[in-house]
Amino acid sequence: MHLSPDEIIFWQSGFVKLNATIVYTWGLMAVLAVGSKLVTRKLSAGLQRTRWQNLLEIVVTGIDKQIAEVGMSQPEKYLGFLGTLFLFVAMASLFTIVPGYEPPTGSLSTTAALAICVFVAVPLFGIEDQGLGGYLGDYLKPTVIMLPFNIISELSRTLALAVRLFGNMMSGTMIIAILLTITPFIFPIAMSALGLLTGMVQAYIFSILATVYIAAATRVRKPKPAPAPEPEPAAKH
Amino acid sequence: MLIDWFTVIAQVVNFLILVWLLKHFLYRPILDAIDAREKRIAKELADADAKKVEARKERDEFQHKNEEFEQQRSALMNSVTEEAKTERQRLLDEARQAADALSAKRQEALQNDAHNLNQAISRRTQQEVFAIARKALTDLAATSLEERLADVFTRRLREMDEQTKNGIGQALKTASEPALVRSAFDLPAAQRTAIQQVLNQAFSAEIPIRFETAPELIGGIELTTNGQKLAWSIAGYLASLEKGVAELLKEKEKAEAQAQAKKPSELTQRIGKRAYELYEEHGRKTGHAAEDWEQAEHEIREKIHKPVKTEPKPEAKAKPKPEAEPEAKAEPEPQTEAKPENIVKTKHADKADSESGAKTEAKPANKVEPKPEGIPEAKAKPEPEPETEPEPEAKAKPENKVASTLSAKAELSESESEVKNQ
Repeated sequence: MHLSPDEIIFWQSGFVKLNATIVYTWGLMAVLAVGSKLVTRKLSAGLQRTRWQNLLEIVVTGIDKQIAEVGMSQPEKYLGFLGTLFLFVAMASLFTIVPGYEPPTGSLSTTAALAICVFVAVPLFGIEDQGLGGYLGDYLKPTVIMLPFNIISELSRTLALAVRLFGNMMSGTMIIAILLTITPFIFPIAMSALGLLTGMVQAYIFSILATVYIAAATRVRKPKPAPAPEPEPAAKH
Repeated sequence: MLIDWFTVIAQVVNFLILVWLLKHFLYRPILDAIDAREKRIAKELADADAKKVEARKERDEFQHKNEEFEQQRSALMNSVTEEAKTERQRLLDEARQAADALSAKRQEALQNDAHNLNQAISRRTQQEVFAIARKALTDLAATSLEERLADVFTRRLREMDEQTKNGIGQALKTASEPALVRSAFDLPAAQRTAIQQVLNQAFSAEIPIRFETAPELIGGIELTTNGQKLAWSIAGYLASLEKGVAELLKEKEKAEAQAQAKKPSELTQRIGKRAYELYEEHGRKTGHAAEDWEQAEHEIREKIHKPVKTEPKPEAKAKPKPEAEPEAKAEPEPQTEAKPENIVKTKHADKADSESGAKTEAKPANKVEPKPEGIPEAKAKPEPEPETEPEPEAKAKPENKVASTLSAKAELSESESEVKNQ
């Protein structure tokens, strides 16, 4: 019994190794990229379009709308990063219906990697938007005394992101594995369906939190900068 | 440990690669497609708007044109209708004129026919009468008659008025040749001397006289001198009678024409008026038009023609007029009526004239008492009154002609009978 797909190692050479996390990640990447490529290869700008194109358009515009709803002035600019976050996490949980599949997001390494990406991206977008001074000045607000707390908040929320996603995804697979040993019929299916729902919710939470962080870093000039909402503990099951 | 740092790094790289891939393969093309579509839709909408505006403009224009066309059409229609109306009026007028002209022409022709026939008959009658008279007188003339004629002549010479006497006296005086006394037969010596004496007495001078026989005088004596002529002869009487009859015929024609011009319209108007009065009296009931008209005609005619007995009643009955337009139909009727009436009237006048004329002028003939023998027409002496009076006026003209010939014949026979009587 292993907690993380990291533990399934196909090939190792010293520090470098190929575990299930990386392999499944590649698989997801391949599916996403090839699927997108296949659909977008012959896009139509007219009123007639394929159903796949319709689906992708719905997905993309939905993400775009969500970003805009948070308060971003230029959603397309952040669509690549935030959209990919959501799609990756959602697809990782969606593929749990495939037997023998281990979601890469069930590994703390993956979630940590995603959290680190967010951790790096937030200051980058902030600096790009309002300059280095402007961005760093945020840490001194409302007073200089708040600087350590701001730094701690920055770190802790990144950690929370990583751990929350990892916990949820890992727990899902763990529950199914445990239940399979107790009641091998029917009940695991229900739990699997619940796991799918959890996975979708987690994908949404993860990406929306990332959006909120970036928004907080970029829309300082707005008259009422919305305080970044702390990750709610309710998200954990 | 749960975190494998190599995996973390690998996943970061994987994630960044995925970001790039999706950006390249998913977001950009999809967003581009959406943008393109939106642009296209916007463009199409704009096009549609533009087209709408254009369509509205065109529609307005079309409507305007339509209205214009409608106006033009109605104007054209009006003018055409007007034209048609005037054309119709014109054609109607033309037709009416043509009909009027035709009817007038026909009437004239009929009148001419009747007139010619009348004339021919009267001329013929005249000729016949004179021929008969001449023959009778010629047969009767003899020496004994000559004596009487000479007596009359001498008396005439004596009774001559001053003017003629003077004129003839002047002529006798200035004459280089002796006065010429012509007679139908050789005058006996006694008569010759009597005439000589009377002449001498009358002009209180010796008048040279030459006696001559001229059978064309039929009977009578004629004194001719230097252009002046004193005559008493049957031929002279006949000539003056002939002249008088010819004059009478002319007068008759004139009277006929005048009467025709005067009568009909006035009469019809009066009848129409009276008929309308009757119609009102009867409470404006329909269905009595013919009766009303008849009554009115009767009344009017009685008023007008009291002296003249002719009553054209049967004719009025023969034509029941439609109520709606009694006047229009009644119009031609009096014309046809009037003529025969007139003819009858003039006939009467004619008759009277000829009667009186014959009485006054045929005196000498009376004296000699000419016995007309073998006058062929006397046998067929028809009763003139019944034939002329109830003349069927409503009948066609040819019949009228016949009637007039009949009446003319009657007239002839009448005058003949008168002559005979005398």
